[in-house]
Amino acid sequence: MAPSPPRLGLHGISKRYGATEALTRVSLELRPGSIHALIGENGAGKSTLLNIIGGVTSSDSGRMSLDGMIYSPNNPLDARNAGIAFIHQELSLCPHLTVAENIVMGREPARRGWIDQREVTRVAMVVLANFPRAGLLPDQRVSDLPIAARQIVEICRAIAARARILLMDEPTSSLERRDVERLFAVVRRLRADGLSVVYISHMLEEVREVCDRFTVLRDGAVVGEGELASVGNDILIGKMVGRRLDPASSETTPPVSGDPILVVNDLVAPGVRHASFELRPGEVFGIAGLVGAGRTELIRALYGLAPVRSGEVRLRGLRVPSSVRSPAARVHDGVGFVSEDRKGEGLALPLSVADNITLTRLSATSRLGWISRRRQLDAARRWMNDCGVRASSATQRVGTLSGGNQQKVAVARLFHQDADIFLLDDPTRGIDIGSKETVYGMIRRAARTGKAVLVVSSFLPELFTLCDRLAVMHRGRLSAARPISDWTPELVLEECVAASGSPLGEAVQ
Amino acid sequence: MTRSRWFRWLGPLLGLAFVVLLFGFLSGDPLRFVAARNLRIVAAQTVIVSVGAVGMTLIIVSGGIDLSVGASIALTSVVTAVSLLQGWAPLTAALAGIAIGGVIGLVNGMVVTRLKVVPFIATLGMMGAARGAAKWIASEQTVNPPATWLNRLAVSVPDPPWLLVAPGVWLAVGLALLFALILGSSVFGRRVYTLGSNEAAARACGIPVERLKLMIYTVGGFCFGLAGVLQMSRLRQGDPTVAQGTELDVIAAVVIGGASLNGGEGGIGGSMVGALIMAFLRNGCQQMGWPNYIQEIIIGITIVAAVALDRWRASRPAL
Repeated sequence: MAPSPPRLGLHGISKRYGATEALTRVSLELRPGSIHALIGENGAGKSTLLNIIGGVTSSDSGRMSLDGMIYSPNNPLDARNAGIAFIHQELSLCPHLTVAENIVMGREPARRGWIDQREVTRVAMVVLANFPRAGLLPDQRVSDLPIAARQIVEICRAIAARARILLMDEPTSSLERRDVERLFAVVRRLRADGLSVVYISHMLEEVREVCDRFTVLRDGAVVGEGELASVGNDILIGKMVGRRLDPASSETTPPVSGDPILVVNDLVAPGVRHASFELRPGEVFGIAGLVGAGRTELIRALYGLAPVRSGEVRLRGLRVPSSVRSPAARVHDGVGFVSEDRKGEGLALPLSVADNITLTRLSATSRLGWISRRRQLDAARRWMNDCGVRASSATQRVGTLSGGNQQKVAVARLFHQDADIFLLDDPTRGIDIGSKETVYGMIRRAARTGKAVLVVSSFLPELFTLCDRLAVMHRGRLSAARPISDWTPELVLEECVAASGSPLGEAVQ
Repeated sequence: MTRSRWFRWLGPLLGLAFVVLLFGFLSGDPLRFVAARNLRIVAAQTVIVSVGAVGMTLIIVSGGIDLSVGASIALTSVVTAVSLLQGWAPLTAALAGIAIGGVIGLVNGMVVTRLKVVPFIATLGMMGAARGAAKWIASEQTVNPPATWLNRLAVSVPDPPWLLVAPGVWLAVGLALLFALILGSSVFGRRVYTLGSNEAAARACGIPVERLKLMIYTVGGFCFGLAGVLQMSRLRQGDPTVAQGTELDVIAAVVIGGASLNGGEGGIGGSMVGALIMAFLRNGCQQMGWPNYIQEIIIGITIVAAVALDRWRASRPAL
C-alpha cells in the first residue's frame, strides 16, 4: 500500500555560499502531526535549511514537496501562504504596536478596510489563552514586554495564522524553564490537531521532551535520522561531533604560570548570571557554550559595552570600577576586542584596510593629530603581510574583501593596537577553512608573545586545538575552568546541551 | 488602539496650553489673546501647515520623510492659479492642483521603492525639481487669477460669518479627523505603523511593503496639493517662490506632536497640536511686537526642547 505523502518532503537539497558548502544533498521527511528535531553543532547547516524551507533563501539544487505537491517558495510570503510559519531566533515584532496588533499582523480582521477591533482582541485572547500564566494582555505595548513574553507573542502569531507547519529556530533560547513547559504543552496540543513542526534546538533534553523524530546534520550533510525514543544521548552527541577530533593535539602546550592579568569574580551582567575566572599572559582561555548562553554578553561586559551589575573585574591587579562603562577606557588599558558581528560593529566596511587596522591606535601613525598617510599604509602593510590578509592593496575597501580576509583585518587591528588582552568573540564565524587556519596561527602567536587571549567559540574542534584552558557557559553561568586535557568534546557538549545535572569533576574522574 | 497612543498627544497639549497662557500673560491682556478674533487669525495662519502636517504624519510614522512639501505647495498653487486663468471652474482648478500634489507624491514613492533611493534624497531631489517646474510654468512671475470663491477659503474672517472660522479651517479639521480615523482604525493605517515600527517584520508578515510606501507618499502628496490650493487662496495668486522652508515647519509640527523620525510613533492629534503650538508662538511674538529673528530663535528652541522632553519621558521606566 502506498503511504500517504509526507507533509513536507525535502529531496537532495544543496546550497553553497561561495567556497563553503552549507548543505549537501539533504533529504528529510516531515510527517503530519510530527515534531521533528533538527540537531547538529553550530554551523552544521540547520538554520540554512530552515531558511530554505521558509523561503528566505533558495537552494541551489534539490526540490521540496508539500502534501505531495511541488513546493518552491520565492520569498517568505509564499511560504506563509502555503501555511508555513517561521519563528525566528531574532524576533520580528513591531515594538510600537500592541500584543494583539502584532498577533494579527498582516492578516488584520477587517470590514471594508476598517479594522474590526473587537475581532482583533478576540483572536488575540483566544491564542493568548494558550499561555494563561504568561499574563499577557492584548493591549500591552510589545516594547514594554520582556524578551520571553515577546517570544510567546511571536508564537501566538503563528498559531493565529493557522499554520500547517511551524519552523522553530531555537524558540526556547531566551525562555525560562516554566515558559518552556508552557510552550511545549501548546506545541503538543497543536500536534494533536495535525500540525507539523521542524524544531531546532541544542538542548537535547528539551528535544526529547517534545520531539518524536530527529535528523542530525553535520557539516551540511545528514548523518543520522530516526525515532528519538530509539537512541541515547551518547549516540546523538557522537553523531553531532563525528570523528574529526584529535584531543592529543593539545598536549604540547606548556602550563602557564605567572600573575593573572585579568581576574573576574562573581560577575553579574545582562545575560550573565555568574562568571568567575582568571586570565594569564601567554594563555588561550576558551569559553564554549551555545548561542544565547551568555558568552557574548560576558565579553561585552568585560569590554565595557554592557553594564556590570555586580561582581569584580581586576585588570593587572587593579579593580575596574563598575561605573566605568567605556570601551575607550578599556582600549587605553590594553584590552582589544573582536566582535562576533563583523559587519555590524567589527569593521567599518566602507573604509580601507589600512584605516580599519590602525583605527584603535591612530596615534601610532599620526603626529599632532594629523594622520601620516605613509606611516599608516606602512603599518597596515606590515600587519597585512604578517596576518596573511589578501587584498589588492592597503587602500582597498574592507567591504569588498572575503569574509575570511575581513576577519584577519579585525584581528590584525588588535596586533596594531598592541593590546595585552585579546577578547575574541567567535573569531572564525562564517569564514572558510584556510582563513580559519590563519586566524588560529595569529591567536597562537599572540599567546606566544605574552598576550592573554580569551576566545569564545561555537566550534568545538577549534577550541580544542587553540585553548590551554576551557570553561563552558550554560544559561548565563560559567562553569569552572579546567585544563583542556581534562575535557573531551562529548563532555563539553554535554555541559552545553544538558541541564547540567552531574558536576563535571565526577564525570572526568 | 492602544491607550498609550491616545495619550501620547497629552504632552503636546500641555505644551500648547503653556504657550497660550504664557503669551496671554506676557501681552498683559490674556482675554484679548484668546479672543475669537485672534483665534481666527491663528487658525487661518496655521491652516496650510496643518493640512501639510496631516500628510507628513503618515509619511513620518511609516519611517519616511518628505522634504518636497514647500516646493509641492508652490507648484500646486501655480497650477491652480494658471488653471483659473485658463477659465477653468474654481473646483476643477482646485482639483487639478490637488492632483498635481498626488502625482508628485507618487513619483517620490516610485523613486523610493523602485530606484531604492532613501526618502531623504528622493524628496530632496523633488524639492528642486518641483520648485523649478513651478517657476517654469509661472514664467518666473506670480500668476494672478481672476477672483473666485477659492480666494475666500483661508481668510481670517469668514464670509458668511456664521461659519466662525474660514472654510479652509473646517476643511483642515475635517481632513484631520478623517485621517485620525484612518490611521487609528483602518488596515491601511495599522500597516503604516507596522511599516514604521519594523519594516522587516512587516515584510515577513506578508505586507506588500513597496505598494504600501507608494500609497503613503501619494496620499501625502494629495495633502500637500490641498495645502498648495489653500496657499493660492491666501495669497490670491500663484507664486512659484512661496512656501520656502514650509517643509521644515510641517516636519516640526509633526515632531513636536510626538512623532519619531525613526517611525512607528506619532499621530494626527499630536501633529495638529504641534501645528497650533507653532502658530501660537508666531502669533504671540507678533502681538508682542518682537522682531522676526526672535520668533525664529524661539521656534528653533521649541522644536529641540519638545523632542528632548519627549526623549526624556520615553527613557524613564513606564509607570
